[in-house]
Parts: sequence; structure tokens; C-alpha cells
Amino acid sequence: MTLEAPRKLVRVSDRGDLIYRGLARASGSLVLLIMAAIGIFLAFRAAQALGKAGPAFLWTQAWEPDANNFGIAAVLIGTLIIALVAICIAVPLSLGTALYISEYAPRGLQRTLIGLVDLMAAIPSVVFGLWGFFSLQGNIIDVAKWISRYFGWIPIFQVDGFSNDPLSSDTVFTASSFVAGIVVAMMVTPIMTSIMREVFSQAPIGEREGALGLGATKWGMIRSVVLPFGVGGIIGGTMLGLGRALGETIAVYMIISPIFSIQPHILQSGASSISSLIALKYGESTTFGMSALMAAGLTLFFVTLVVNFGASAIVARSRSGASS
Amino acid sequence: MKSMQTKRAESPVAPVRVDNEAAANDVPRRVGALRISDVLAIVGAVAAALSMTVIIYAFLTPAGGFVGFFVTLYVLFMVTYGILVSLDESMPTVRDRLVLVGVHSLAIVVFTTLVFVVLFAFFRGVEALPYLNFFTQDMALAGPLDPLSVGGILHAITGTLIQISIALAITIPLGLMTAVFLNEIPGPFSRFVRTIVEAMTALPSIVAGLFIYATFILILGLGKSGLAASLAISVMMLPIMIRASDVVLRLVPATLKEASLGLGASNWHTMWNVTLPTARSGLVTAIILATARGIGETSPVLLTSGFTAAFNADPVHGPMISLPLAIFQFVKSPEPTMIARGFGTAAVLMLLVVLLFVIARIIGGQTVAKKERARQRREALWLDLKAFGTGCVTVARRVWKKIIELPGAVQRTIRRLPALSASSTAAKPMSGSADEPQTAKSKKSSKSKKSKSSPKSRDRREQLSFEEFLELNPRARGTQITTADDTAPPTRRGKKKPKGTS
Repeated sequence: MTLEAPRKLVRVSDRGDLIYRGLARASGSLVLLIMAAIGIFLAFRAAQALGKAGPAFLWTQAWEPDANNFGIAAVLIGTLIIALVAICIAVPLSLGTALYISEYAPRGLQRTLIGLVDLMAAIPSVVFGLWGFFSLQGNIIDVAKWISRYFGWIPIFQVDGFSNDPLSSDTVFTASSFVAGIVVAMMVTPIMTSIMREVFSQAPIGEREGALGLGATKWGMIRSVVLPFGVGGIIGGTMLGLGRALGETIAVYMIISPIFSIQPHILQSGASSISSLIALKYGESTTFGMSALMAAGLTLFFVTLVVNFGASAIVARSRSGASS
Repeated sequence: MKSMQTKRAESPVAPVRVDNEAAANDVPRRVGALRISDVLAIVGAVAAALSMTVIIYAFLTPAGGFVGFFVTLYVLFMVTYGILVSLDESMPTVRDRLVLVGVHSLAIVVFTTLVFVVLFAFFRGVEALPYLNFFTQDMALAGPLDPLSVGGILHAITGTLIQISIALAITIPLGLMTAVFLNEIPGPFSRFVRTIVEAMTALPSIVAGLFIYATFILILGLGKSGLAASLAISVMMLPIMIRASDVVLRLVPATLKEASLGLGASNWHTMWNVTLPTARSGLVTAIILATARGIGETSPVLLTSGFTAAFNADPVHGPMISLPLAIFQFVKSPEPTMIARGFGTAAVLMLLVVLLFVIARIIGGQTVAKKERARQRREALWLDLKAFGTGCVTVARRVWKKIIELPGAVQRTIRRLPALSASSTAAKPMSGSADEPQTAKSKKSSKSKKSKSSPKSRDRREQLSFEEFLELNPRARGTQITTADDTAPPTRRGKKKPKGTS
């Protein structure tokens, strides 16, 4: 018997199929094109301002484009400060909520809670801004005062105009990164919760039952099985939340009072963020000013892109690699 | 029962004496996890922490503030609960309980705050909602000092509806086609596109607005318009639409697609007639979720469409305001009526988002399996009804036949009556309408058979002899009948096949 070579498989498509596959490929390429176009067009419009500012763009704190004195140092650091405050508050909250929904909640309640979390993720950011400005800011001043009074020796909790002055008013505590960070944390928590919950619910049941059968308490089982399994999802969810927090515009704009210097005191009035800078200066900018704003937007775009690529890479590589 | 009782008495083991104390201790075992001591520990810890906090805050220190009270209460509660549990249980159990309380409290904080955010907008907005002019007028003739009975948000509602319609018209075909691409044509290119789509999900909304501003408004020279705002919104909606549709299309069982392809359908035919209808409810959910996200976008619209106080239904010319942007504009003003209008608009927007969400849940909950079960139940019900109807018709027919035959049966019985009463000792020849001359013959033949046939079958057998039977049924001539005389086993006549033939 002679060995025959394997038969070559040829796909025979008729015209309808060729058109169909061509259309599908075209729409995939269009999505790719849109994303690339965002970067290209922003860079194109920002080229004028960047060319004039040069590398000083990266370390100038002021923002006066018409005087050729502008840079993103202050706004970028301000954005990072607000996002970090938000993440520090949101990670424990979303971790606790995700653990509650996947481990402790009664079966019948789980579906309702998952739906509630998805609904919370769809609330518009203006509504959060309304809540933050009209309700939270007044009530959180006492907390900020207390932290500043007892922990003011830590540099970030210092408040100029409060620590040494017994007659200071409360306005020095309003419009701070702290309040904006809390509001952004509440906006980001539902998204992080749903990602973490999905990952926790995929923890293998054999390992769970094994831990319980060996005599572990529920917390012991969670600590030894669920959390190590879900580390990828936790980190991925955190970074996704960080990406959202970096790009948040309207809620931050409604709360903070913009200041164009690096202001590391989070309890003190005055903060900045790239997106609120664009929303603020957009109406009154000349063409050159618009170009400078495009440069700031391009920076934000790159930073968010890097954070999100990192998040999807970590989630995909982890043991609980998201299949979606 | 009787046999069992006798068996028990016969068993070699002495019967067990059941006395009263053992029976009293034999209570059913509780299998629930919650004991009364757990509940009491929590209640006691709460009471202790509450009283300690009240003493601290009311009498001991000048510390004030709502938040401080709750924080102190919580910390004291955790400490007291830990001490109480450690009195009875080991350290791992104490840690487990503290984590249980911690997780529950974190979840309560998150849900309470988020629900409060929604309810806050509703409660503050209820002030402006009862006015009908709020929904039928725009703000062209109303200034900041005008009361709530003047002016409304008709222009914002129309703007939102027009913008979201155009955005959906762009996003649905493009998003669906891309999801189809990701599913149908796997490969490195589609993996790359999927990564890009995931990165696009977290695009800052202001960057999308800047992009549309840079391209359409600056480069193409069109002014600010509702169309530009729709394009910016569709850039924000597209990644969500693609991801959700992708997940839903992947859930369609591969066996369905393979069956369709195996029957000779082309790829396009399979997608259009098999996959998409199967995933229909999930796709509708994806569309509604993307719409809910797109309705709430503020910053893309801020940059591309601008503010206006007048009603503008033309998406191509002139600025067009949307609901979130109207909220933003209203609350920036220091006038309380404007702020009240802003909250009213926020309440309308929240109602819209919640309504879309509820519709999405209802439609998305209708899976193919559920619809198929409902359809099978309907079909089974219909078959039952049909069977019932057929049964009714059959019974009615039989009853009708009996009714029709009733006069004939009555006649026959009347005719037999004298013969019945006459023969009381002999066997009753019941050949009612048979001829008279036959009767004598039948009597003779029946007598000869009488002695050999069994008493039970005698009556029936002697109704008609074989000759009478053959006269009545001439076609039956040639058939073999066996009587009770044949005691030999019936041979297979004609059915045995000789060996060797196929």
C-alpha cells in the first residue's frame, strides 16, 4: 500500500459568501481605523502647540497657551492624584461587594444584586456630579477636618490655612481632590465589582469543597482558594477602574476648583485634571489654545491606552483569564 | 403487616424497651447554621457599641459630626463583637466572623451609597416635575429669574432623542458586523481587533469629543451640530455594542451552525437565518445597554454640539442640546429655580435610564430555551384540546348510533320475547330473525354438539350452527373452523417452509 499525501482542502466560496466576508472584514478594519484616526487626528492638531512648546511641555505647570507658557505637569499629576485617591477607596469597597455577592449572598438575592450593580454602572456621570456637589461636599468637611487635625503630620494630609489658624473657615476643605476622589470611586466601583464577581464565581468548586472538607472556615476557604484564583481579575478590574477614573470629566469638573500647580495636599481646596481642563478652557480658547488642549487630550489618550492594555494583558494571562 | 409483626416476635434478639426519657431526648436534629448564640452576639455587640458611642459623643468629648459618630460606632462594634465571639470560639472562627461582618458592611455601604445617589436626584427633582410646561416648553423665553411655571426641557428631550437615534443608526450595523467578523473569521487579525475594541471601551469621553471636533468641525468645516454630537456618542457606544454582541453571538451553540452548514447553507445564510435569530434577545439587550450608556454622555456633546436654549430639531444645522448637557448648564447657575430645573432634568434622565434597563432585563431574560419551553407547553395544550375534542366527537357518534339503533333493538327484543319465555329449561336458541325451518335443523345439530361442548360456551355456540352461519355469510365458505373437539395442537398449515429454500 502506498502512502498518499493528505488532500489539500480548498474553500469554495460563492459570490454571496465573498461579499459577506468582505463586509465583515471591512467593518473590523473600520473599527481599527477609528481608533487609529483618533490618535492621528489628535496628534495632527496638537502638532502646532507641541512644536512651539517643545520638551518644556512635560514639566511646565502653568497653563497659559497664549503666553506660550503651558505644560501638563500640573494637570497630569492632578489627574493621577484624583485617580489614586479614587482607587484607594474603590478597591476595598468593590472587593467586599464582589465577595459578598459571590460568596455570602443568598441564592435568590444574587441575580437581583448583579442586576443592581449593572444598573449602577449605567448611571450618567452628571448625576454623580450633582450628588457630590450638593450632598457629599457639605457632609464630608467634618471628616476632612478630623483627618487633617490628627494626621496632618503626614504631608499629603496637611492643609495650608487650617493647621495653624484657629479661625479658618470651612471653605478651605471644599473642592478638593479628596471629595472628587470619593465621587469618582463611587462611579468606578460598579464596574470593578462586576469584573471581580465574575472572576470569583469561576473559582473551581472542587478546590472550594476541598478546603471546606479539610476543616477550613469560610474565610479560610476564600483566602486560600477564591482570592488566589481571582488575583488576575482583581488586578485587571483595578486597572480598568483606574482607566475610567483617569478619564472622568463632568463629575470632577463640577466639584473641583481648578488650580494650575502641583498641589499634593488632597484635603485642601484646589485640584486639577486634564479632562476638566479641556472642558473648562474649551469655550474661550483661540486656535492655538485649542491646539494646546488637543495636546493635553493626546497625553490623556496615551496614558489611558497604556493602562488598559496592561489591564487586559494581566487579565488574559492570569489563571482566571477572562474568556470574554 | 400481620406477617411483619409475627416476624418481629420471632426474631432472636430481645425487643428493645423504649422508656420515656429516651423518647423525650429524641428530638429532631437541627441542620441550620444559625444558632441563637450567634444572633445574640451580634445584638449584644451592637447594643454595647451604641451605648459606648453615645456616652463618648454626648457626654465625654466635644467631638461632633454625623460621620464621626458612625465610624466610632462601627469600630467599637467590631471590637466588641470580636471579644464576644472569642469567649466561645477559637481564633480562626473569630477571624472568620469578623471577616463576615466586614464583607457585609462593605456591601451595605456600597449599595446604600449608590441607591442614595439615585434617590437624591429624584427627591430634589420632584419639585420641578409636576409642572406640565416642564415637558412642553423650551427655555427660549424663560430666564434665570422666572419661576418654575415658565420654561421647560422640551428642547433637551428632543435633542437627546434625535442624537441617540442617529447614533443607533450608525452603531447597530457597524457593531453587529464587527461582532460577526470577530466570530466568523477567527485569526490574528480578529484577535488584534478584539484587543483594540477592549482598549476602546475605556476611551475617555472627552477624547472622543475632541476627535470629532478635530475632524468634522475643524477639518471638514461643518459647524457645531447635533450630527457631530451623534458621531461622538456613537464612538463611545461602539465598543460596548461590539463586546456585548460578541459575547452573545459566542453563546449560540455551534451544533446549530454546523447543522445549517451541513445542510448546504452558505455562511451568510447561516448567519442571517440561524445565528442572528437565535441570539436575537441577547442582541436587543446589548443595544439597549449601549443606548443607556450613550444617553448619559455629557462631555462629547459639550464639545461638539454646544448649548442652546431654543428648540432645534435639525441635526445638521445649529447647536442641539441634550439632557445631560442641560443638567450641567442648569446647575451651574446660582438661582434656586434653575437648580430645581436641573434636578428635574436629572430625574427625567434617570427615569429614562432605569426604564431602558428594565426593558433590557425583561427581553434578555427570554432565552431560547425558555421560549422553546413555552412553545412546547402551548403545543401540548393544543394537542390535549384536540384529543379532547376528538374524544367528545367519538363518544357523541357512538351515542348517536345507539340512539338510532334503539327502535330496532326494541323491536328485536319484542320479537324474541315469546321465544325467551317459552324455553326455560332447554338451551335458548336465540336466532331471533332466523327462519322457522332452520330452527328444527338447528335444534338437531345443536343437540348433537351439546354433549361435547363446555357448559359456558354452549349458549353462545348454539345460537347459530355452522350451516346457518354459512348461509348467512356465503363468503365464509372454504374457511376452516376448529371446534372444541379438536384437542390436537393447531398445526402450522402452509406456513412451514422446507429447509434449504430462501
